[in-house]
Amino acid sequence: MTTYNDFVIRFANVNGSGSASANGMFAKALFRMGIPVATRNIFPSNIEGLPTWFEVRVSERGYLGRREGIDIMVAMNAETFEEDIASIVPGGYLVYDNSKELRPNFRRDDINLVGIPISQLVLPEFPNPKHRALFKNIVYLGALSALLNIDFDIIKGMVSAQFKGKDELIAPNIHAMELGRSYAREYLECPLPIQVRHSDAVGDRIMIDGNAAAAIGAIYGGATVCAWYPITPSTSLAEAFEQHCARLRVDAETGERRYAIIQAEDELAAMGIVIGAGWNGARSFTATSGPGVSLMTEFLGLAYFAEIPAVLWDIQRAGPSTGMPTRTQQGDLVSSAYASHGDTRHPLMFPSTPRECFEFGADALDLADRLQTPIIVMSDLELGMNDNLSEPFTWDDSRRYDRGKVLTEEDLDDVERFSRYLDVDGDGVGYRTLPGTHAEKGAFFTRGTSRDEHATYTEQPEHYIKNMDRLLLKWATARQLVPKAEIEAHGRRAGILYYGTTAAPMQEALDRLAEDGVQLDTMRIRGFPFGNEVREFLGSHEILFLAEQNRDAQMKSLLVNDLELDPASIIPVLYYGGFSISADTIHQQVLDYYVGNNLPRLDEVWEVSS
Amino acid sequence: MTFVAKPRTHHPLLQVNDLGLTRRDYEGSVSTLCAGCGHDSVSAAVVQACAELALPPHKFAKVSGIGCSSKTPSYFLGNSHGFNSVHGRMPSVATGANLANRELYCIGVSGDGDSASIGIGQFAHIVRRRINMLYLVDNNGTYGLTKGQFSATNDRGSTSKKGVPNLYEPIDMISMALQIGASFVARSFSGDKRQLVPLIKAGLLHEGFAFIDVISPCVAFNNHNGSTKSYDYIRAHSGSVVDADLITPHDEITVDYDPGASEDVAMPDGSTLRLRKLAHDYNPHDRVQALHYVQRAQEEGEFVTGLLYVDPTASDCHEILGTTETPLNALGEAELCPGNAALDGINASFR
Repeated sequence: MTTYNDFVIRFANVNGSGSASANGMFAKALFRMGIPVATRNIFPSNIEGLPTWFEVRVSERGYLGRREGIDIMVAMNAETFEEDIASIVPGGYLVYDNSKELRPNFRRDDINLVGIPISQLVLPEFPNPKHRALFKNIVYLGALSALLNIDFDIIKGMVSAQFKGKDELIAPNIHAMELGRSYAREYLECPLPIQVRHSDAVGDRIMIDGNAAAAIGAIYGGATVCAWYPITPSTSLAEAFEQHCARLRVDAETGERRYAIIQAEDELAAMGIVIGAGWNGARSFTATSGPGVSLMTEFLGLAYFAEIPAVLWDIQRAGPSTGMPTRTQQGDLVSSAYASHGDTRHPLMFPSTPRECFEFGADALDLADRLQTPIIVMSDLELGMNDNLSEPFTWDDSRRYDRGKVLTEEDLDDVERFSRYLDVDGDGVGYRTLPGTHAEKGAFFTRGTSRDEHATYTEQPEHYIKNMDRLLLKWATARQLVPKAEIEAHGRRAGILYYGTTAAPMQEALDRLAEDGVQLDTMRIRGFPFGNEVREFLGSHEILFLAEQNRDAQMKSLLVNDLELDPASIIPVLYYGGFSISADTIHQQVLDYYVGNNLPRLDEVWEVSS
Repeated sequence: MTFVAKPRTHHPLLQVNDLGLTRRDYEGSVSTLCAGCGHDSVSAAVVQACAELALPPHKFAKVSGIGCSSKTPSYFLGNSHGFNSVHGRMPSVATGANLANRELYCIGVSGDGDSASIGIGQFAHIVRRRINMLYLVDNNGTYGLTKGQFSATNDRGSTSKKGVPNLYEPIDMISMALQIGASFVARSFSGDKRQLVPLIKAGLLHEGFAFIDVISPCVAFNNHNGSTKSYDYIRAHSGSVVDADLITPHDEITVDYDPGASEDVAMPDGSTLRLRKLAHDYNPHDRVQALHYVQRAQEEGEFVTGLLYVDPTASDCHEILGTTETPLNALGEAELCPGNAALDGINASFR
């Protein structure tokens, strides 16, 4: 039986061998055939020589989360050959270089061997050994085009686009591709029963990584200052900001730049620069990962207490400490939400898709100005560094930046006495002034020490408490302003909560659970502190699952703490192995709970039993 | 206490500057530092310098870290915003503030604990970045607020108030600044206003990173025999190598010096910086010689003061980055947001 557009293919390579561009072209070719794909780059913290994998989920139905089991393994790394073969599902395919005979102990009777003599094919064609190594990747790409029935014109066009400007490389690449393709067509069963065909399931979606999307969002949102320190997996966000600013923010006539980017000496300085710029009225942001958040913690406390807008993108990776620096996790929720000493707390945003990274890239800047406080956007490696399908970006040209409560010179003329920390509007947010605004009014001393409403230093308990309580009122305002949860409720007794990249496999998991008679309402949390809709959803479901990617159920901690819930009221569904959570994991853990607690599976049975 | 505002009334004969303002208009709140603290003299010198230059008193961004020195931005330029940030991190806050609005005069005040210990990394990197600002270190060789521990600028062998000797080598911030690329490097003494005020003026007008290390004795913890940062020791062991005078266009009639020993440097605002070389053959535009001179003197237990190095053609961070003349904080949607139409192309590039 032939199946179309529904498989997981994994490429096992050695990093630094040039495989990334070949593998990227493979995914992009399917995308351009209109087939939904999701890519996952599973790479080491290393420049050259260690194992790396690239996984492509191909799904006509649009399931783009991770699914366990590899249908096709392109095994190009001798070092990981054994484990790569072991990871293939029964009935799956092993594509390998059979220039040397497969060792008998590697053989599996329940998989199909697709041997291509890649080394032998390139040897007479490319005298330069370095080229040979690179073209091996292109040879298997050519072979796969025949094996999977990929539109060859599309893939050839991609080679031309990829090497535009280095035109001398186009012909040899196409030659290498044709070597693989003709070998496959001549000697192998082509196409395989697992194959692709043109589709319109992609629609007008784009394929982009979350970090680039966030950077473009920051440009649209008016960020002018970016300070950062290199750390995987956030680096590409700052680099994308630089790359896109160079096109979108340079004066065509004068060449002057309407942005400033500083690669700081460390994450402390990066956050200090962002806060200095925010204090002085420029929209500014930084991007980092967990270890960087740890270093920025003192400054985050300052910005919370001194009430200075700042935006921080946390592209989470697996901790604690250096942890698994090139693996994904949602492990920084608690350390970010409460970053710094004393009673400090920060609003968080949780994007799930590149489109949402784009939107939050701009929205976070508005929110930071409106609330005069740091906003932390919790992305992760899975979203930030992998190409994901995304709805195209749109921008409402009538939108104006919300700069929050900033008094102009004219405003100050009308003010009898300016009081920076006075709660004029009852929302906990005072009016601020920017340095240099007015010759006589509005200047104040910003400090991390306690102060009264007029920004004057004080240690008097009543002033201190009043200020701290006003910050709580501001927290209540933030509750209304952070992105609302996305809810699918059909009056079921059980619901599942999730956020960020845990959304990717959710629909597939829900569909599988439905087949098992488990139907769940859903709530995708998008902001912290939690709005009323979150409280209502929690209150209207008897059984609540919460799927997330960390060991300690950190979102559960935030919910329990922020909404004063009974901890037993939420059942954690957890994965924290460093890959993104799979549909299989969610399906299995929820089902196990139902089985383990003898719960009736179908909604109607629930109605009767209750 | 810091919240005591100074009365603004002033003596009728107090000099009025081009803006019609007197020195009093450049003051801040009443100092809470100890009577006789060198830092208060530095603040007074800042007040005098800004008043004499007739700079608008609200067009400053004052930034500091933590410590006695870092409290002082409260005590001058009360009509400008100040930011007392976190310990050792003033340089990054100053960087951000300067990036956001290049039109404000930026004054950073730090101390030897703040800049030579906890903040030495940030100090080094702001020098590299050439932020256009005046960076003052009130250098007293001690942690005053925590009651007199040694700081990293304290000379080896100098003693604490209780007579305990410091066992470690000192860090010389002047040498660091020279090495890493500061385009204006000076050292002065809080007790020598005649030298300090012109240096502050010149540093403010210098378009680039201006660093002044001001030896500023701590009367509470580091002003005893055995200290190398006491009033008496500094007076006995310091000598100026190049004094500077800032001459604005209308007070050109000044003292005549031996012409061979003076040099005039044009400043960006039209005024002239007159350098008076007090040491024979000293060249204040030779970074390597300056470094050598300072370190040699230090070996001999002497402090060299004055304007040690200046590069009047230096660039600043905004020039390096090629940022627009308009302050970044004044740009709006029209200049910053590419609009929905541009998204068509962006979306297409990801298909």
